[in-house]
Amino acid sequence: MKVKLESRLLGANELIAHNNRNMFSSRGILVINLMSSPGSGKTTILECTIQELAKQIKIGVIEGDLYTDQDARRIEQQGVEVVQINTEGTCHLDAQMISHAYQKLDASKPQLLFIENVGNLVCPAEFDLGEDLRVVVISTAEGNDKVTKYPLVFRRADVVLVNKTDLLPYTDFDVEKVKNDIGLINPSASIFLISGRTGEGMEAWICWLLQQSKNKLLSMNETSYLQMAEGRE
Amino acid sequence: MHELSLMQNVLQTVELSAEQHHICRINKVKLVIGQLTMALPDSLQFAFEALKPGTIFANASLVVEEQKARCQCRRCRQEFELDEFYGLVCPQCGNIDIQVQGGDEMYVDYYEGE
Repeated sequence: MKVKLESRLLGANELIAHNNRNMFSSRGILVINLMSSPGSGKTTILECTIQELAKQIKIGVIEGDLYTDQDARRIEQQGVEVVQINTEGTCHLDAQMISHAYQKLDASKPQLLFIENVGNLVCPAEFDLGEDLRVVVISTAEGNDKVTKYPLVFRRADVVLVNKTDLLPYTDFDVEKVKNDIGLINPSASIFLISGRTGEGMEAWICWLLQQSKNKLLSMNETSYLQMAEGRE
Repeated sequence: MHELSLMQNVLQTVELSAEQHHICRINKVKLVIGQLTMALPDSLQFAFEALKPGTIFANASLVVEEQKARCQCRRCRQEFELDEFYGLVCPQCGNIDIQVQGGDEMYVDYYEGE
């Protein structure tokens, strides 16, 4: 007996991600999925970004790591609500983890939610979390070849942050080559050159984020906007 | 990629459906995997072999059909297939405004059993 299934392999995750996306949209929350290899500076970028943005917009953070809550402790210092997910060996976050973690953040009514994914350029690319934007960080200390070696995560990125520009004089990192490589597989990705350590280039990235958050609110329909506004009062 | 957990997903999905159809032995499972998903057919095959002993899949074979992404240049209309780097450049005119169709498929097409 032959049974036609046509059932998607990541169907279960995609369904939950879809529900997450609807839930976030109904609340007008802009959700950013931050991905990179370990040590490229995701947490430092977050600290820097929150420092600038927290005065203007209510921020929530979901931290994903295999073990420890070190990153969550760092982010907490910035005075924003943060939930740590420990995947205990799993190399990526999935939509179900986000759905659970967000329940702890909902009461604080964030308008901008950062999800810091597990440091890994391979697996996180596969799993939709229900985010609006995928931001991939590549640091100048990692070398030029990341885009060509891990095309999937860069192909699906909305934004690429080239971090640690303060180290450029000490590396062989070729900014133009990386820009060109990104352009070849994902011509519509926005690219920002930044240094989380010195703050260089952060302004453009932050302005861009604020604009995205505004666009998100504008895209809400009137009913859900009113419901959200009521909830915030 | 996550070939092992993907395969666990496949087996669960098929098992559930087999139960509903009162099928207790699977002979064949057919997957369709798009080029852009970067899931490796060899690794899927390996995961299948590793997971099947002692299950309703014990004697089943796995067939993986690879689906290429179909690209067309928006300027000169040239159609082409993607290389390994997935560079979206028209091989004829060098344009990078390319329309991509498919290549991101990842599904269980059908299974056979009794």
